[in-house]
Amino acid sequence: MISPKEVQHIAKLARIELTDRELIQFQKELAGVLAYFEILQEVNVSSVAPMTHSVLLENVYRSDEFKAKTDDIAQKLLQMAPETKNGYLKVKQIL
Amino acid sequence: MDEFTIRQLHEKLKNKEFSAQEIVESFLKNIEQKDANLHAFITPTRELALAQAKEIDEKIARGEKVSPLAGVPCAVKDSILVDGVRCTAGSKILENYIAPYDATVTQKLRTEGVLFVGKTNLDEFNMGASTENSAFGVTKNPYDETRVAGGSSGGSAASVAANEALVALGADTGGSIRLPAAFCGVVGLKPTYGTVSRHGLIAMASSLDQIGPIAKTAEDAETVFETICGRDAFDATSLAYQYESLSDFDVKNLRIGVAKEFFGEGLMPQIAELVKAAIKKLEDAGATVQEISLPHAKYALAAYYIINTSEVSANLARFDGIRYGKSASRGQNLLDVYLQTRGEYLGAEVKRRIMLGTYALSAGYYDAYYLKAQKVRTLLQQDFTAAFTDVDVIMGPPSPFLPFKIGERTEDPLTMYLVDLYTVPVNLVGLPALSLPIGYTQGLPVGLQIIGKPLQENLLFAIAKDLEKLA
Repeated sequence: MISPKEVQHIAKLARIELTDRELIQFQKELAGVLAYFEILQEVNVSSVAPMTHSVLLENVYRSDEFKAKTDDIAQKLLQMAPETKNGYLKVKQIL
Repeated sequence: MDEFTIRQLHEKLKNKEFSAQEIVESFLKNIEQKDANLHAFITPTRELALAQAKEIDEKIARGEKVSPLAGVPCAVKDSILVDGVRCTAGSKILENYIAPYDATVTQKLRTEGVLFVGKTNLDEFNMGASTENSAFGVTKNPYDETRVAGGSSGGSAASVAANEALVALGADTGGSIRLPAAFCGVVGLKPTYGTVSRHGLIAMASSLDQIGPIAKTAEDAETVFETICGRDAFDATSLAYQYESLSDFDVKNLRIGVAKEFFGEGLMPQIAELVKAAIKKLEDAGATVQEISLPHAKYALAAYYIINTSEVSANLARFDGIRYGKSASRGQNLLDVYLQTRGEYLGAEVKRRIMLGTYALSAGYYDAYYLKAQKVRTLLQQDFTAAFTDVDVIMGPPSPFLPFKIGERTEDPLTMYLVDLYTVPVNLVGLPALSLPIGYTQGLPVGLQIIGKPLQENLLFAIAKDLEKLA
């Protein structure tokens, strides 16, 4: 069964901060769903290839050209960002 | 006004029996009267619909031809972009997000003169089967307001059932069109993967997601599907595909497969009876019916939730508090922004799925979960391919039970996942499937699911139209 420590680790990998209450709740719920997944152990897949897509597609190419949907699309996209400066997205200090 | 089909509306509009404005006002009035209770819409777009109607009326006044979809009031699931309109995906994190462009499907409908009446409620980022996971409240079932409308496209299905829109767009990842269509007594199509562009659909699970129509009749759903399908340069997975209606369909040549796995334990007996009665009608009309088997169907749900959550964990990484949406930036460094934004503004089911997927894809677990699920998917496809050598379509119920009470299944996530039992196999394999209403029990609608071979939407619509006549 998945431990609270593992849930904490997964939450960090997933970049989600959990409250103590959430941690307890999610540990119980994730354990339940993971236990349900065990049903797949019944299936023998030793000579089966995995399926990544339901439709067989050839490689799809396009020319590497900049195409703006509208003239103001860049500005519109930037307006939806929480913080910008001089036309760039602003992020907190990394180092 | 709301009793007409698209074709009838078009005739009356063309003959100037009434105007696009009169049409849309009739539907907007229904929204005004009903939606405070029903809550099918997150963002009604009254002004947009009226402006679009005005354009149509001016065109007609100038003597110009208008398309068959002109003046048709349409609701759009709030995970599909409509340029300039708020698009929340049912999430707090996108509460103030304004769509910077049209999705390809909305662009196509806009060009045809469709009137957008509003953005409909859904489970947050399409994750759920009841719209109870919406950050903006639950959509109620038009047949019984103590019950759910189904999900995740619950608002779209409810809006059509309640005559708040004539047609609607939904998106189906594991049943999100077919289930609410069945719960609300309307027609819903999950098209073959790749037939409809997903450009401008907020992605949940990219190998499973597909946009499709919801309408009151099979003919109306067909008209919308015909308009939105086809290759799109903005979606590399879209297929070069042109829809053609079946003109020579004869039910006498139809071979129906009934999968015994879709009539197992847990299926409500009254639903089984109604579904069998509908199949019997087709049999009486000349179709042949035989039992088929999909031996791996019982593993589909587990495989589906591994694949779904894995893709979710990757797709939702973009909601990081930097590029769009809300940001919680109390912290000092970038990692704090990520952790706090996602901790604060994502809902419980979304967090659960991101974590399940992160776990399934993490080192040491990848083979046991994700790779195994992808192999089971292959086996399921082989099951369907084998079945389709003997039959043209497979029929069964879209849901094992009737619309459930609000709150009845929210306690344990697994009980909500089980709602998807009969709908997810289709998404794993990419097949088209249609749900249409076939009757009522306890005053609640019951649907029939018809599953077809890839790209045979036209057969599904032909059968559905026949069944509507036989009803």
